[in-house]
Amino acid sequence: MYEELRNDGLVVITVAVDRADDARPWIEKATPTHPSLIDEEHHLGELYNMVNVPTVVWIDEEGRIARPNDVAFTTEKGGRYAAVSTHEQMDLLRGWVREELPPKPASVLHGQVAPMSTDSQLARAHFGLGWWLHQAGTEDAAERHFRIGGDLAPDDFMIRRGTMRYRGSDPFGPEFRHMVNDWLALGHTYYLPLPVE
Amino acid sequence: MGSFVLLDVGRPAEIEATVDHQGVWVDPEDIEATLGWELKPEGLCKDAMCIPVTGHHGFARDGVIQLQALADVPGRPLALSLEESVAYLGPPLDLYQRTVGELVAPEFALPDSEGRLHLLSEYRGSKVLLTAWASW
Repeated sequence: MYEELRNDGLVVITVAVDRADDARPWIEKATPTHPSLIDEEHHLGELYNMVNVPTVVWIDEEGRIARPNDVAFTTEKGGRYAAVSTHEQMDLLRGWVREELPPKPASVLHGQVAPMSTDSQLARAHFGLGWWLHQAGTEDAAERHFRIGGDLAPDDFMIRRGTMRYRGSDPFGPEFRHMVNDWLALGHTYYLPLPVE
Repeated sequence: MGSFVLLDVGRPAEIEATVDHQGVWVDPEDIEATLGWELKPEGLCKDAMCIPVTGHHGFARDGVIQLQALADVPGRPLALSLEESVAYLGPPLDLYQRTVGELVAPEFALPDSEGRLHLLSEYRGSKVLLTAWASW
């Protein structure tokens, strides 16, 4: 899907916010020609304030953010979670890469950047600690810090869903479904679409 | 003092520390070596920036520094596990505002599936679509 845009100079960087062992089979199966990176420690969460996947960010040639965090699927079905359809997202992307669309004013982009709270960054520190403890084999301690992280930032599904396999749960199973239903019942959305301009 | 692991945005550093009811007390020389900060009369200094440490209650005693107060000065989140003698120090809270908040994409260094490190800045000069995904 991105081949045509690569010919126009777009570099796609995929980052698996995931355990390397879980991501590698997918990467190997896809045999990508673009950089396919692995972020076990969730640094993209810390730096870009990402809380779920899939999340995409557009970055221009000068390293500036051209379009902030958005949910983006490659299927039309997945597109219902975004504020614009997958088809429209691809049109926008194509327009940006080919410089056929005028760039968005900085004031618009600033309004689309979500603030980051102290609690959410502290949650991520607890995740980082939990991950280290999990790798060290001290699972009770890891569980404690994953739990603190999830309580501090209940909107952070990189923590709440991303850690499920480390804690003996299935991220596609009933426990996950309950987690999402509870979250939706509070009036939240599971994905955070970029607001329509 | 016993050994303590400080995870500086994930990077592990073994330091000497004393853990008591007030917190974790570390050796300033260890902090200098691991975090690159130096305790001078002007305060806690790194590069050209010094943050005054006066007025921070319980910051220093008997030649050691409290880890929590040390994290609070540059505004870094600190997650502590006293039982396991390990702590995770996150990036400064204002980094996001200074980067994404200014529409600047923060630099990262992440490995590919073969362990080779890639920096975002390597791709300066091209438009980049950064996509986060997962098997979960």
